[in-house]
Amino acid sequence: MTLPNRLEIKNLSLSRGGRQLLRDLSFSLNPGEWLHLQGDNGIGKTSLLRVICSLAPLDEGEVLWRGQNIHEDLPLYLKDIFFVGHKLALKEELTAFENLAIECALMGVPAKDLDLKQALDHFGLKGREHVPLGILSQGQKRRVALAKLKLARAPLWVLDEPLVALDSHTVELFTQLLGQHLTSAGMVILTSHQPIQLSGLGRVLMLSR
Amino acid sequence: MKAFTAILKRDLRVAMHRKVEVLSGLFFYLVVATLFPLAIGSDLDILRRIAPGILWVGALLSSMLTLGRLFEADWQDGSLEQLVLTPHNLSLLVFAKIISHWTLCGLPLVILAPVLGLMFDLPIEFVLVLMGTLLIGTPILSCLGAIASALTLGLRGGGVLISLLVLPLFVPVLVFGSGAVESLAAGLGSQAYFSILMAMLMPAVFFSPWACATALRVAFE
Repeated sequence: MTLPNRLEIKNLSLSRGGRQLLRDLSFSLNPGEWLHLQGDNGIGKTSLLRVICSLAPLDEGEVLWRGQNIHEDLPLYLKDIFFVGHKLALKEELTAFENLAIECALMGVPAKDLDLKQALDHFGLKGREHVPLGILSQGQKRRVALAKLKLARAPLWVLDEPLVALDSHTVELFTQLLGQHLTSAGMVILTSHQPIQLSGLGRVLMLSR
Repeated sequence: MKAFTAILKRDLRVAMHRKVEVLSGLFFYLVVATLFPLAIGSDLDILRRIAPGILWVGALLSSMLTLGRLFEADWQDGSLEQLVLTPHNLSLLVFAKIISHWTLCGLPLVILAPVLGLMFDLPIEFVLVLMGTLLIGTPILSCLGAIASALTLGLRGGGVLISLLVLPLFVPVLVFGSGAVESLAAGLGSQAYFSILMAMLMPAVFFSPWACATALRVAFE
């Protein structure tokens, strides 16, 4: 029997470079819920996201997905998460279209050209699909990175500062997309220094020393 | 398999836009091979004798020159993070990167070998053996170099560390690679050298992607 999607952080403690960042942190996330991590720079928001993505080790505690430690069946867990980090993971030499096509192949998502085009259109990149990323602005590059979300099939989205360099219209498009994802029983965990207006069940987790 | 071809195509396509980086290894190989005859003189007997060694040392150094970039660009732009986070077998994706490295940095050396061989007045059968050893030997260099590149990822002075790590591993490849031509010149045949090189290639191809994938995961932690 497959258990329902549920992310659970249990008694997590985390330190970096000999400094304790988080101690005994616990929370959970169910389908349709979002969590906005906030806190000062260097408080451990990105480190926490990296632990959730299995990219970084933790000192104590565990991360559970569907009631199971994520490291017990990592490939299965990785199918269910989608991470957009500080770095955009895009190749400047390639076009937005090519970057998305590669991302789809890596995600194992069968996407047609039209799907890729629509994803880019959603973020206002119509007419810029076949332009090398190197000549796009920072905001436009960020839009290409966020267009990946439109194609992602994973239920859990982990987003590290997704709003950096975005204009207000794109922020609106982005929140719309998050709303759609949450409505379809998706889950979102993100960090941002900007306030985000999201529908659905959500909460802000303020990390402090 | 789709992810494997996507990475392979992506790396080759990106390299087409970074021609200077790709050509620097090849140019270095050419310079090394060209300078030796100028320095040593035009005695054809000497040139014929030292040619395999020079061409193999050139190939080895040229390969080392380009190893640092194998994972570095992906590490810098966050692509490597995404590779680690895909549900696909990371070893397979790393293998695609190793193949692209060899296609861009090893294969051109093999193709250039006949031209340089003629420059050293090597007979055609010697040139063919040299090409054969390079064809088997340069993938070994890419495989072993990839492990060192993954182990030193994100470290300051990683380039120097790569050299220190790979040089002892490259030496047997160099010895048997250049030795094949010398053995042929001595009338002993080169079959045994090819067999030894193949025996080195097989485990390198098999274990290197796995070792790289492990090293990359450690680098992220």
